[in-house]
Amino acid sequence: MTQKYRLATGGLIDRRVTVPFTFDGKAMTGHAGDTLASALLANGVHLVGRSFKYHRPRGIVSAGAEEPNALVGVGRDEGHYTPNLRATQVELYHGLRAESQNRTPSLERDVGSITDRLWRFFPAGFYYKTFMWPKGAWTKFFEPRIRAIAGLGRSPAAPDAARYAQIYAHCDVLVIGAGPAGLSAALAAAETGARVILCDEQPQFGGALLAEPGQSAWLAEQRARLAGFANITMLPRTIAFGYFPHNMIGLAQDLTDHQGETSDDAPRGRLWQVRAKQVITATGAIERPLVFPDNDRPGIMLADAARTYVERYAVKPGNRAVVFTAHDDAYRAAVSLHEAGVTIAAIVDLRESPEGPCLDAARAAGLPIRTHATIIGTEGNLRVAAVSVATIGAANAERIACDLVLMSGGFTPSVHLFSQSRGKLAFDPALDAFIPGTPAEPTIAAGAASGCQSLEAAIASGRAAGLSATGQAVAAPVAETVAAGFLGEVPHGRDPASVRAFVDFQNDVTAKDITLALAEGFRSIEHVKRYTTTGMATDQGKTSNMNALGIVSKSLGVPIPSIGTTTFRMPYTPIPFGYFAGYARGDLFEPVRETPIHAWAAEQGAVFEDVSLWKRARYFPRGAETMHEAVARECAAVRAGVGLFDASTLGKIEITGPDAAEFLNRMYVNAWTKLKPGRLRYGILLREDGFIIDDGVVGRIADDRFHVTTTTGGAARVLNMMEDYLQTEFTDLKVWLTSTTEQYAVIAVQGPRAREVIAPLVEDADISAAAMPHMSVVECRVAGVPARLFRVSFTGELGFEINVPADYGRAVWEAIDQAGQTHGIVPYGTETMHVLRAEKGYIIVGQETDGTATPDDVGLTWAIGKAKPDFVGKRALARTALASQTDRKQLVGLLTADPAEVLEEGAHLVADPAQPIPMTMLGHVTSSYWSAALNRSIALAMVRNGRARIGETLHVPLPGRSVAVTLTDPVFYDPEGARLDG
Amino acid sequence: MLVISCPYCGDRPEIEFSYGGEAHVVRAPASVTDEEWTAFLYQRSNARGSYAERWRHAHGCGRFFNARRNTVTDFFEQTYKIGEAPA
Repeated sequence: MTQKYRLATGGLIDRRVTVPFTFDGKAMTGHAGDTLASALLANGVHLVGRSFKYHRPRGIVSAGAEEPNALVGVGRDEGHYTPNLRATQVELYHGLRAESQNRTPSLERDVGSITDRLWRFFPAGFYYKTFMWPKGAWTKFFEPRIRAIAGLGRSPAAPDAARYAQIYAHCDVLVIGAGPAGLSAALAAAETGARVILCDEQPQFGGALLAEPGQSAWLAEQRARLAGFANITMLPRTIAFGYFPHNMIGLAQDLTDHQGETSDDAPRGRLWQVRAKQVITATGAIERPLVFPDNDRPGIMLADAARTYVERYAVKPGNRAVVFTAHDDAYRAAVSLHEAGVTIAAIVDLRESPEGPCLDAARAAGLPIRTHATIIGTEGNLRVAAVSVATIGAANAERIACDLVLMSGGFTPSVHLFSQSRGKLAFDPALDAFIPGTPAEPTIAAGAASGCQSLEAAIASGRAAGLSATGQAVAAPVAETVAAGFLGEVPHGRDPASVRAFVDFQNDVTAKDITLALAEGFRSIEHVKRYTTTGMATDQGKTSNMNALGIVSKSLGVPIPSIGTTTFRMPYTPIPFGYFAGYARGDLFEPVRETPIHAWAAEQGAVFEDVSLWKRARYFPRGAETMHEAVARECAAVRAGVGLFDASTLGKIEITGPDAAEFLNRMYVNAWTKLKPGRLRYGILLREDGFIIDDGVVGRIADDRFHVTTTTGGAARVLNMMEDYLQTEFTDLKVWLTSTTEQYAVIAVQGPRAREVIAPLVEDADISAAAMPHMSVVECRVAGVPARLFRVSFTGELGFEINVPADYGRAVWEAIDQAGQTHGIVPYGTETMHVLRAEKGYIIVGQETDGTATPDDVGLTWAIGKAKPDFVGKRALARTALASQTDRKQLVGLLTADPAEVLEEGAHLVADPAQPIPMTMLGHVTSSYWSAALNRSIALAMVRNGRARIGETLHVPLPGRSVAVTLTDPVFYDPEGARLDG
Repeated sequence: MLVISCPYCGDRPEIEFSYGGEAHVVRAPASVTDEEWTAFLYQRSNARGSYAERWRHAHGCGRFFNARRNTVTDFFEQTYKIGEAPA
């Protein structure tokens, strides 16, 4: 095709640059400066989509963000595919590939259009009324089929291949919209020296003036002035999509999308989060369609859009047009099209006797005008072919052939962003529209967005907003007479039940649907919206909301201000999710924490697991070992010889100050005052409600210095809790808290030969059993590195945990590994650690406990310092309800009747496996492993009144069978603890 | 995203802060009744409008402080240091 609807002169396109593109595989050309929509129109293409519900043929309605119909999928491949783009906003680029949506197999022949012939069966809310029988048929049969038929674009089949950037910015004044008002506002603000950001969705600044050749000189002058201000940041191709609290505005800036199929190295777009002291919304106004029977055929478009295609894009949107209007502005469009060579078959005006300069110009051009007239129907399948025009109230209609219909019901100010900022809208009866009223944030509306209709008024209001935003004096506004237009369904004299006059094109909502909702008793506009879906979907009712309100108002006899509006939701236009994800994808989605020994473990072939953000070595398989085999070998090595374990992820907090011991007294359940320097104690931390939140070994390094360890996942939470009490509750204490988690590498050496392995490496300390008993700490040197050497065990064996500065962690680890070779030292991972501690009945907070366990529940009453007057959680433990409860879940061990059966963690325990469901559940399995040392399975469980049930048999119901278990003491291995004292 | 004025650091974006629940809830002594303890532990005013609450500048100075925020409008009336009386 050869752009046969392209005008020979005029417009802002560059005819020297021919741009090839395809639409549904058909090759066409446009010019630089085109949008996809204008290029399609230049090639005579109006049919661009099928509607959401009825699959009716739909054409391009608008020339901007409000486009409800011309939704297309664009992209070279699935990784660059974006559905639901408005063809009116897609800048044409070389090789652009676009496809229509919601049609099978093609736009022209769409099998889904069967729904159009069955439309009487799909009224508003049909899915609430039909398909309800038989039971289950909705989810299994009807819903999947309806979903397949209804819809917009499809999701891309591959991950987004593009990159996205993000930026934060601050400014004194953010001006949204660079039309006449926005330009004037930005310049007025910038003159004061204020930092200004000016953004606009279009590639060039100018707004509506881009379609006004008569204003090009003024526009050029303003742009030249803008360039002279270093304090204005200009952001074209940038949509302000959301207004967030405290004047933060979300902007989506197209960086390379418009350049076509570029490299993915350059980001596709950038998300701006702008914090502005003042915001000026100069977002313009949107023309309203007229609601008349069959007003949705391709070729029926907004009058101002048609004028824009002529004036800005030099495209003739048709050959023979009928103009249907309730507003003077459409006469300007009629004259523009007439001058471009379009035959104006008729101007049909709903008003009885309109007058004004626009009408005079149309009359002077000899255009036929019919006033007090209406369109009562249209014809044409894939393109409008004729309209029927009648005098309002008259029976006989005149058929007028045409291939283009322009409509104008007047203009609706774009108050979306103002409304998102929670400002109150005010109804302007002269405009028949809502305009910004009382703001909630420092925000000012200007230009058409505030209700201006003349260029002079828009410029003046923009300048006033710019001055006001920077604290300057403001002149009185320019007086102007504004015109309202028409709201609701036009009079057409036909049976309302037999015609479809569309209100919401994107969601296929007709005037009849809205009156039906009202007839069924819906009154709140919010309910009408949800029942009919008018104003929903991606365009958020930009063209439909006011007409829907008009119908509700007329049907109920209630003025519009009393009905109110529905909420304008963000985003103003859809934004690809990639903008919000930004850099946080793939490896950067979440930080990864690695210990100083991580690389060594990786070199040894360790299998890692995620523990919060940490990567922890889970086991070290040798050869073709399975996890089960590796863990059994590692366990045996620790019990019989010596093992090496990376405990660096343990949370660590250094608590110092003269009141450090007293602070610990108040935080932990234990008594700390009498703990001598050089000794360790196992500490338990409760919340105020008496339940265990964390545990860990605490070492007293000096009178005024403690080395506190926490669980791996609890480190940040515990430090925050300690800071909270220290800063807000125990403000009398002189204590300082410092996180040292990442400052130390922690190397656990565990097993009967642990001392032999490390002894040759230890300087400045006597680590003999006599000098250094279990639960003690000494500061010394290990492998030449300053260390805090803990004698402590989470395995039940003789054990040491060596804390060294993180940077020396790997060197010390390798020295110990080297020294241990003659003793058969084996590195082991978290899985072995879990088995070994479970054999000893040591709990893991978060595994045995779930936030509802007291120390007594898990058998740790012995740790509580009962003489202490207070500690966090003490009062809660004394609650009558807690103390008197006799069936609390308590920690026990479980042994299965079949020693080879390893239970599922989380499995429930019941007394009678034959009891009908729902069974009485007595508890659940918290930990379950194969124990190499005992050569059988073991498990820990929390069971109601469990300690009293030790020796009893309970059952674990499983699908098709149940497993008998005997309740035991939770300590399976070395119950006397003799091995600890090795 | 809110702008919160840390009494030590000044205006910072909400992302730097963590929320600490209602302010001026006095920790009950061990001698109180079960009912009084329960009230301290669980009952909060959940005010509509002006609400005294705690924030921590967790990713900044680390300090806890108090604020008065209008829960209807989300605007802060004031922020003040722990131990200080609201203005």
